[in-house]
Amino acid sequence: MSKLTIETEGDRYVVVRRRFAASPEAVYRAHTEPELIQKWLLGPEGWTMPVCINEARPKGQIRYEWTNEKGGGFYLTGEYIELQPFSRIVHVERMFLPDPTPDNLVETRFEADGDGTWMTMRMTLPDAETRKVMLASGMEHGMEASYVRLETFLI
Amino acid sequence: MQTQPNLDTAFAALSDPIRRAILARLTESEATVMELAEPFAVTQPAISRHLKVLEGAGLILRRVEGTRRPCRLSEAGIEAIDQWLSMLRKALAANYNRLDQVLAEMKPEKGRKTR
Repeated sequence: MSKLTIETEGDRYVVVRRRFAASPEAVYRAHTEPELIQKWLLGPEGWTMPVCINEARPKGQIRYEWTNEKGGGFYLTGEYIELQPFSRIVHVERMFLPDPTPDNLVETRFEADGDGTWMTMRMTLPDAETRKVMLASGMEHGMEASYVRLETFLI
Repeated sequence: MQTQPNLDTAFAALSDPIRRAILARLTESEATVMELAEPFAVTQPAISRHLKVLEGAGLILRRVEGTRRPCRLSEAGIEAIDQWLSMLRKALAANYNRLDQVLAEMKPEKGRKTR
């Protein structure tokens, strides 16, 4: 069962949806409190986040640094634009791979659904060059050929 | 004719519902303009324009067969988009599966606090 959906919206956005079995408050906190973020926002297996700065207020700074046991590392910086506890977060971020990628504007919404929460994250689609760099960094960590079926974005 | 898929034009091509429907139809089999136009309330020239966009984005290929120019999906074009989305999906799936655990652990903690 796949709980995660990823769809392209027009030619500028990617919309990610996922349901969590927890309240919007809990999911929101897990997105804004460093000690919680460090437990899950790690990407592929084998990475940790030794540095996590997250100032959850308008104009607050974001800085995540990842590292793996092979000595690899990269980081991300960002700024908060708008926060509505516990329903909506708007922030901008960029990755350093090591050159900075273009700014990615991300809107994350949390909606109560029974005893759970639907999260909708809408982000700017990176340009072709950025995707190439991201792909290259992903390949390095042994990306397997998991085939996203065409139908997932044809629906 | 463009053979190298360009991801930006590919995403732009996918932004139109009729073009997505054409691609969905082509996953079944090769088809001509007339066959592709059939389910839609649009003219054949309009379908031809959509096909030109899809061809330019490297998502479909056309061959000449007499006066017909049947279309089929371009595996390379579809795979280039697939690859990026699949990387994103893999990273997000791993993150959110871990987040499920984090959220499950938060519950008893919260219960203790509020008693």
